[in-house]
Order: sequence, then C-alpha cells, then structure tokens
Amino acid sequence: MTEHPGRITREDVAHVARLARLRLTDDELDLYTGQLGVILDHAADVASLDLDGVAPTAHAMAVTNVLRSDTPRPGLDRDEVLAAAPEVEQHRFRVPRILGEAP
Amino acid sequence: MDRYQGGGVVTEGWELVIGLEVHCELRTETKLFCGCRNLFGDEPNSNVCPVCLGLPGSLPVLNQRAVELAMAIGTALHCDIRPSTFHRKNYFYPDQAKDYQISQYDEPINVDGWLDLPDGFRVRVERAHLEEDTGKTTHAGASGRIHGADYSLVDYNRSGVPLVEIVSAPDMRTAVQARAYATELRAILIASGASDGKMEEGSMRVDANVSVRRSTDATFGTRCEIKNLNSVRSLGRAIDYEAQRQVALLESGGVVEQQTRHWDEGTGRTETLRSKEEAYDYRYFREPDLVPVVPDAEWKAAVADTLGLMPAQRRARLVELLSGGNGAGGNDGDGDGDGELRVDQIATVVDLGLDDLVVGAVAAGVPATLALARTANEAATDAEAARRLDGSSYVALLTLEASGSLSATQAKVVLGDLLLAGGGDPAMLAKEKGFEAMSADSLVETVGQAVAAEPDAWARYCDGEDKLAQVFVGKVMKATRGQANGKAVVAELQRLRG
Repeated sequence: MTEHPGRITREDVAHVARLARLRLTDDELDLYTGQLGVILDHAADVASLDLDGVAPTAHAMAVTNVLRSDTPRPGLDRDEVLAAAPEVEQHRFRVPRILGEAP
Repeated sequence: MDRYQGGGVVTEGWELVIGLEVHCELRTETKLFCGCRNLFGDEPNSNVCPVCLGLPGSLPVLNQRAVELAMAIGTALHCDIRPSTFHRKNYFYPDQAKDYQISQYDEPINVDGWLDLPDGFRVRVERAHLEEDTGKTTHAGASGRIHGADYSLVDYNRSGVPLVEIVSAPDMRTAVQARAYATELRAILIASGASDGKMEEGSMRVDANVSVRRSTDATFGTRCEIKNLNSVRSLGRAIDYEAQRQVALLESGGVVEQQTRHWDEGTGRTETLRSKEEAYDYRYFREPDLVPVVPDAEWKAAVADTLGLMPAQRRARLVELLSGGNGAGGNDGDGDGDGELRVDQIATVVDLGLDDLVVGAVAAGVPATLALARTANEAATDAEAARRLDGSSYVALLTLEASGSLSATQAKVVLGDLLLAGGGDPAMLAKEKGFEAMSADSLVETVGQAVAAEPDAWARYCDGEDKLAQVFVGKVMKATRGQANGKAVVAELQRLRG
C-alpha cells in the first residue's frame, strides 16, 4: 500500500468517519486512508486530461427532466409501518432524547 | 391590520443588517419525491411510503407540479430560472429517516431575482431553490422543548413535502423593512398559487439573519440566525431584540458569536441553540438517484402564463376601483372615508388574496368602499374560508346591504354564516335569523309594480313632488307585508327617477 501524501490524510478520514458516525480502529484508518487515496488518484488522472470544451456531466446518464405527475398514490399501512419501529407512542416513532438541534 | 410599529431604533452610530430565509411549503397534491399526499393535519404517519421513510431500495421521482410551482415563484420574483441539480445534505437527526435531506445546493433552479416592497425599496433575492421538508418532532418532557426533553416523537407525514427556500440578500436595514418583505413575499406566494402562506401552520417559515455594524464599517458584522418566528409580528420583535442585544454586547467590549438563536414569544427574547461548529459539516454531494432539471424557454413561458396578477398590480387595481367613482356617496360600511384606512384595507385584502371578492362585487354594482370594508374587516377574519367563498353569494349579500335591505350589523352576521357554509343564499339566511331580508331583485320588481300601478302619482313624483314617495313605499310595504326596507324603496324610486 503506497502512501498518498497531500491527497487525503489520516486526519481527513477520521474526521469524515466521525461525521458519518463510523467508529474506526487505527488499523482501519490506515487501510481506508490508503484505499481512498487510490480512488482520488484515479480522479486526478481524469483531471489531467484536456477537457476544454467538454461540458460538466451531472449524471452518468445523459437524461434530464425525469418527472412524475402530481397524482397521489396509496402509501403504506400505518400499523405495518409502526410495527417496524423500535418504540411507538401516540402513533409516532419514539426516539431517544436528542441533545443537539435540527440543522 | 397589525399596527406594530417597531423597528429602526438601533443605538445611535450602529446599522442593522438583515437577510431573510423563507421556507414555503408548496401547494401540491403529493410530496416532492413520492406519491404520498401532501396534507397538513392528518393522523400521524398516515401519509408515508418507502421513499419518504428512507427504506432501503426506494428511489425518489421528482414531482413535476412542484418544479412548476418553484418556477412560478422564480418568475414572480424576477429570477433567472436555471438548469438545476439536487444534492444530499447529510446529517443525523430523526426528522429525516434516511439521514440526509435532498436539496439544491450549488445549482438552484432560481437565482438573482428581486422583490420590491410597497414603498419601492428593492430587496435582492439571491436564490429560491427546491428541497424536501423534514418530519415533525415533538419533544416529550417537562419543558416541551428540545433541551431537557426525555425523548422525542416523530411523525413523517411532513417528510418529503416540497419546499422552496427563498434567500434574500442582506439588503434590509430595519425590522420594518423585514416585516414588509415577509408580508409582500407571503402575498406573492399566495397570488402565484405556490403556497397558502400560513405562518401559524408552518407552511411559511421565516428565519432572520441579523448582524449589526458601526455606521462607519465597510464590512458586515458577525450574524446570528433567528428561528421560531411564527408571525410577521414576531419577526419584527425578534429583530429589534436581537439588534439591541448585539449592540449592547459589542459596546461592552464583547464579541458576537455566530450562532442560531431561538425566539421565545413569551419572554420576548432570543436564546442560543447552538454554535456553528464541526458537527454541521453536511458533506453535500450530488444525489445520484435524480437527474438534472433543465427548463427550456417553452416550459418557462407556459409557467409564466399561469401566473395571475401579482400583489403590486392587485393593489393598483383596487386603488383604481376606489378612485373610479364607484364608491362615491355609497354606503361606506364602517369606513370614514379616510385615505390611510383605505390603504390599509387594500393592503389587507391583497395580502390575504381576497381582492377578487372586492373586484367581483364592484363589477356587480356594489359600492367599492362597502365591498372593500366588508372584505378587509369581516371576510379577512377568516381569510381561508373567504377565499373558498362562492363569489355570487358574497355579491348577493353586499347588494342586500347596499340597498338597505340589511343593516351593516345584520350583514356581518349573515356573512359569518356564509363563511362557515362556504356560500348560500344570504336572503334566506337573513330570513332564518329573523332579519328583515328581501332580495334586491324582488325589491326592484315590487317597486316597479307599485310605480306601474300609480301612473299619475309617478308623473308628479318625477316632477319633483318628493313626498309622493310615501304612496309607493306604502304600496310596497303592503305588497311585501312589511318586509321591505323603506329607505331602500326610496333609494330605488330615486334611481328610477334618474
């Protein structure tokens, strides 16, 4: 596994893992820092191409305006939905106390 | 009309800088990315499906109507309508079951518009983008607030409801301007059909970014974002409070920390919720399950064609009606003819989207001052019902009042019933109430019969013998068994005489 200094650091990976609520061991941090560096190197290969005159692509498929009509469709049965919840109160999902505030 | 007149009273030597972020729920049948119903007030978790619950394997499909309403808002706000894309805004909070919100990030559908306040002051609109709403959390525990809550309950009915977020430039300098902006924007949203603009139900939510700077400063101060503003009045009070707080802090040698603050209506204060810190790194990335929306000129023109008159045009239309002589000498309702009162009444009916009622009534011959007064003072107390009201029954009621068949007090009572029922026959309702009610049509007909029966008296009356009016009033009263209003009969006689 080669190191890719400057592309992504171990600290970057630890930061993103924390944001994603992933608990990584030291070994895993090393492993993913290396793997992510390889992926970024690949992206850098694309960036090194001469892309003058090539429009940015938003999606792998060259399609736009995929829309549906504003027509209601039946959803899920509420009892079935709430049966999947760990805890239910007043037909709502009961979740542990939230310390922060919604963004 | 809300008479709150605060604002602009920042300490000498300081300038207030305000930008507003307004979220409005779009009036669609279904949610932004799934076919669940977009309805306020349904039983909790009754309008949910795999998409808005974020179940694995579900895929979003964009609602065309929501895109068109967003374009309508952009058109009304003079924005450039652009090709746009969607991003995932990642955060962990139970109001989004899938742990990200789909929103437009660096390529919003509407950019670079403006909104002119009624006094002509222009506020730039930076962007108006599409995103999905979150579910509704209820915090259980002694405080009822998030701090100190024992646990929370989540209803996902609102999750995925289409929103447009409208972001102004930091162009406003007083709370009065901010209030005028929110009021005008709400009227535009209602007029464009995009939203019902109900702040009390949360379908229009206003957050204010507030900072202060010394009048000599070239750069902006550190801003605080104020949330939980449930009315235009709260917006004004919160801005004034926050400006004073920041000035006091800076004058005592402190620094303003960039943070989100919560407005407490009861105490009239803002309180800190959180500081902007690392935890709010949203890791935006392109939503891979949605393709770009690219409105072409034809689509934009079709949306623009659906837009009706905007509030500024609607106000001008009412001013025109009132100055057109329709109201001159007519029944003024409760009005005293005061010009400022009229301006307030016009603003009220346009803000609430009730001006069509006035225009329809005036077109049907109701004096403009009466139509305006009843609409601004009475119909406006239940604007939602008034917007649904059958226009012909409203005209019929005002005609009864204008002709004197119903007194103002009686007319207001009957209007209350009409609003409750969504329409009806005002003459019938008045009769049920025991009011002296007689339709204008039948009054005209009965007076006509009385005139025809007494050709000699009519000729002399036309020659100026006013007291002969009593002959006709007597005949009409007899024919209607006392149901007719004498004043109204005389008015009709005078109209016939010309």
